[in-house]
Amino acid sequence: MVKNLVEVRNLKKYFPVQKGFVETLLARKIDYIKAVDDISFNIRKGEVFGLAGESGSGKTTTGRLILRLTEPTEGKIFFNNTDISSLSPTEMRGFRKRMQIIFQDPYASLNPRMKIGDSIGHSLLIHKICDEDEKRKKVLNIMENVGLTPTNVLYGKYPHQLSGGQRQRAVIARALILQPDLIVADEPIAMADVSVRATLLKLMIDLKHEFNLTYLFITHDLATTKYICDRIAIMYLGKIFETGNIYDVYSNPKHPYTEALLSAVPIPDPKARRKHLIPGGEIPSPINPPPGCRFHPRCPHTMDICSKEEPELIDLGNNHLVACHLK
Amino acid sequence: MEKENNFFTNKLFGWLIKSAKWYGSEFYITVIGCIIILAIIIITVFAPFIAPNNPIKFVGETFSPPSSEFFMGTDNLGRDVFSRVIYGARVVLSIALLSSIFSAIVGVPLGLLSGFIGGKIDRILSLIMDSIYSFPGLILAIAMAALLGPGIINISIAIAFVYIPTYFRMSRGHTLSVKEELYIEAAKSLGAKSSTILINYIFPNVIQSIVVVFSLNIADAILTAAGLSFLGLGIPPPTPDWGMDLSQGKAFLPSGSWWIITFPGIMISLTTLGFSMIGEGLNEILNPRITER
Repeated sequence: MVKNLVEVRNLKKYFPVQKGFVETLLARKIDYIKAVDDISFNIRKGEVFGLAGESGSGKTTTGRLILRLTEPTEGKIFFNNTDISSLSPTEMRGFRKRMQIIFQDPYASLNPRMKIGDSIGHSLLIHKICDEDEKRKKVLNIMENVGLTPTNVLYGKYPHQLSGGQRQRAVIARALILQPDLIVADEPIAMADVSVRATLLKLMIDLKHEFNLTYLFITHDLATTKYICDRIAIMYLGKIFETGNIYDVYSNPKHPYTEALLSAVPIPDPKARRKHLIPGGEIPSPINPPPGCRFHPRCPHTMDICSKEEPELIDLGNNHLVACHLK
Repeated sequence: MEKENNFFTNKLFGWLIKSAKWYGSEFYITVIGCIIILAIIIITVFAPFIAPNNPIKFVGETFSPPSSEFFMGTDNLGRDVFSRVIYGARVVLSIALLSSIFSAIVGVPLGLLSGFIGGKIDRILSLIMDSIYSFPGLILAIAMAALLGPGIINISIAIAFVYIPTYFRMSRGHTLSVKEELYIEAAKSLGAKSSTILINYIFPNVIQSIVVVFSLNIADAILTAAGLSFLGLGIPPPTPDWGMDLSQGKAFLPSGSWWIITFPGIMISLTTLGFSMIGEGLNEILNPRITER
């Protein structure tokens, strides 16, 4: 039995909608953007858990909720069996050592007035793990690990003097230096040049084995998830539609939305003919999501029941869960 | 020895030309501003060696026009205007520098805290600062100066009081925008305390714009200081002071003694111009959007 590193139970995050003064006076109730609406999943120790979906489906919010960078509206998050959703900010600070995030935009997530080496090693000083001399040693070491070479030269550079790939490596190094258990990777390669994407992915996989990491890998690119993930959850409008082993979900997608997403993944074979199931229209507003199944206005297989009842996640065996009336 | 000198001048000019190409006209503005201010600072420091006469002693006939003996003439009491102008730089510069430093020391931390903490504290501080800001600067400085009495330190505090809101607003505004940056969030996820985030992440990104305000502010403070002493609230006579000399000299302008007020006036304009040029030039050069790449 593999232990769960992270357990998410009925997590919700509603953002109140900002309105003008007059509107606030006239409106009866406050509208909420339901960014994450009642989701549950587990991340096992040592696995790569993918979180995929269109933009606006609540993937990034979920990642930030797990790190408590955003406070959840409701629900619980367990990290190593500790409920971190109810910890005070001071108690939470101790846990931050063990969970790190890699943001999508490496340039924006590095302090422009701090040298790369100091940026990477600052967390060591924050948690009082070592002094300045030892910090330098450790930083140079980790820079070697992530391939940020020549380490001695790059240590004293500022973020704007580095290339995009180097910046992302620096951000990865910063996340790794505390030797965390969990890394939330929020579209880590989306901003990178296509030519360095594969290298970065490979680096992340190598580092995972080297440091015994667990990843929560957030992406909108299903081709990437296939390459890196063990398990995957497909999100749509704040809900999880389908989750399971990467093999089960890819070879046997049960939800029409998953099918549609998978049909959009390019196949490296010029002769292959693929079905085009890309749903029409835009993702609906999360303020007033459609009643019943949230996908029904765009679904090719809509039935009567879809607009009335919201489907529950049903286990199809082997932990392959799907929320669809068709099933 | 001479060769070495040549080598250094060549190197200096090479560097100047290269930098000018890189930054464009702003660089010339900054360099000219620096030269003016440097000259004035040298005059201030070496005043006893440069000034031919004692500035507060009667050395010649009253109202003698500029001549070979008295380069800028003498005033109504027979004092050498040239010597007074040179010594006057001391008072003006020290007041301007001190007041700018005072207001930065108070204004910047308040602005940082106010922007970072937000909420009620921010609202109260902003209201106070806005009410100070809404006063006409000179009138507020006059009131403060009258309250505190004469003396370099007191005048500096009076002027500093007027400029605190400038620093406050600038640093608060920048804090508000820097606070939303992704690297602040990244620091939070590293487990950094609020104080660490404020000192290591927000302050270094705010201070660069404060440098610009600082040099522009000195220029403004010089004018206010001159205004105060023109109104008789500055340093008590006979200490040489450009503003005071202007105010006393204006009575003798109708009788044709133009030199008594012209030269201190030119010095005030020149010093203000120098600091303004440095400020404007630095603003362009330090702007990260231009230096990046």
